Amino acid sequence: MTELKSWLLAENPDSRAQASLGRAYLGWRRFFCNPLAMIGFVIVTALLLMAIFAPYIAPEGITSGLTGAELKEHRFQPPSAEHWFGTDGQANDIFSRIVMGSRITLIIVGIVIFTAPILGFIIGTVSGYFGGWIDVVLMRITDVFLAFPKLVLALALAAALGRGLESAIFAIAITSWPAYARLARAETLTIRKTDYLAAARLQGAGHWRLISGHIMPLCLSSLIVRVTLDMAGIILTAAGLGFLGLGAQPPTPEWGAMIAEGRDYILSYWWLATFPGLAIFVVALGFNFLGDGLRDVLDPKSGGQH
Amino acid sequence: MTSMQTAENADIAIDIDNLSIHFGSGEDLVKAVDQVSFKIPAKQSFGLVGESGSGKSTILRALAGLNTHCGGQMLLAGEALQNERSKAFYKKVQMVFQDPYASLHPRHTIDKILAEPLAIHGLDNAERRISEVMEQVALPTKFRFRYPHQLSGGQRQRVAIARALILEPKILLLDEPTSALDVSIQAEILNLLNRLRDELSLTYLLVSHDLGVVSYMCEQIAVMQHGKLVELLEVDEHGESHAQHPYTVQLNLASKGYDREVIGQFIDHD
Repeated sequence: MTELKSWLLAENPDSRAQASLGRAYLGWRRFFCNPLAMIGFVIVTALLLMAIFAPYIAPEGITSGLTGAELKEHRFQPPSAEHWFGTDGQANDIFSRIVMGSRITLIIVGIVIFTAPILGFIIGTVSGYFGGWIDVVLMRITDVFLAFPKLVLALALAAALGRGLESAIFAIAITSWPAYARLARAETLTIRKTDYLAAARLQGAGHWRLISGHIMPLCLSSLIVRVTLDMAGIILTAAGLGFLGLGAQPPTPEWGAMIAEGRDYILSYWWLATFPGLAIFVVALGFNFLGDGLRDVLDPKSGGQH
Repeated sequence: MTSMQTAENADIAIDIDNLSIHFGSGEDLVKAVDQVSFKIPAKQSFGLVGESGSGKSTILRALAGLNTHCGGQMLLAGEALQNERSKAFYKKVQMVFQDPYASLHPRHTIDKILAEPLAIHGLDNAERRISEVMEQVALPTKFRFRYPHQLSGGQRQRVAIARALILEPKILLLDEPTSALDVSIQAEILNLLNRLRDELSLTYLLVSHDLGVVSYMCEQIAVMQHGKLVELLEVDEHGESHAQHPYTVQLNLASKGYDREVIGQFIDHD
């Protein structure tokens, strides 16, 4: 163990791999020492595990399938040993629904983070790097998209594409990329005049090599931090769309939609809306903590000897 | 006559002919470089001195293709340079920047910094070339996988010189290569540059505000002020330049360090 550690922290690494692993280790150590970041990390990891093993964790399915007298008997049960979070108006086990719902939350987050930030990142760096009319055109397009209110666009998409998770995800993705484009452009502008880019240009490096090999790695850390911090917002927007009935439709156990279902009974059966709300709260908090921790680790000036 | 001219041209590495570079337009027009001409013979070291804003670095950057020029011509071994530089140009001409803290990519290891020019130009034997060039600039192999922030200023400047040399260029443009370093390191880097010029028979165009540095390094010196060439000097074997122009004389005094009495006699040359 100590051998591995001294290998990782070697002042004079012997290979490319050792140099980058050593750097990663330093980052991890800094991250590990930040208690809030670790709380966030644990929450997000737990969410991931919960989503992967959802069918094994959830004691019952998404729906109870009960009807008639049985339904009447089992619905609106308060939290108990049998139903940890109680049951809803269809006698569905709320705990099971929340566990299964974590998959939907992750799908939303996953699709959004693999579309919007990447698109915004490319547009922003290209725009900042070239400047001139390319910058003007790309930034005006960004302004147009920035002017769309998320919920109104989601309403329009729901009308055009039909209600459902897809239109919610699409609406979130299409309204969130401009922020990343702006961020990436601002970062690019601060480094486009630097000597090391001029030096690379004098080596004969082409535009794409400069953007992907020199500019993007420097902008990436602030983008990752921003995306992690935005994750909470994305989850909240998705939940908000679900709450308004524009996102996932029942009986899909989307957390926002579950709160909407519980809204009618909130005074008599508090657990219907409370537990999905707590789930959203905890996960959003987790992503925020994780984002803060990553910001400390990925700060461009970090990565020194200690 | 024609054959003699070609022979003469072949020995001229860089020919700056009536070069003008302007920034802005209308009332904001700045004549950064105003009709400057000089020739640099191959394998010589040519110094360009002047105060900040005299246009010396602008000429260097124009030559490197980082600025566009407005008037006149720049010829490289007899061929006029276009605004778009080719890869072949960068194989022949390389530049070392002033500030080694700003000219190395903060996220690239020394190895990556040196390997990149080779990748761009598709040169083979990267391993051998990298260790060779590190040896040339006297950079210990143990630094190879370090990041720039783990090196001192002098070591960084060695990396920057190595990066410029790895393409085996014939001409090196040096933009105040020592002014960001402290005095003891300055001498080391200047000696290194002198040694490399001998070993690799390079042509230098050295820009500096320090007449002392330039007369130590160069055979010929051009003095610039407000974008104009004021005086062309030959440096004799004692490192003396025998300046005539009052501005050059003053620059010469200034390079000897700060002296209260001398500074008191300075006049503004406007």
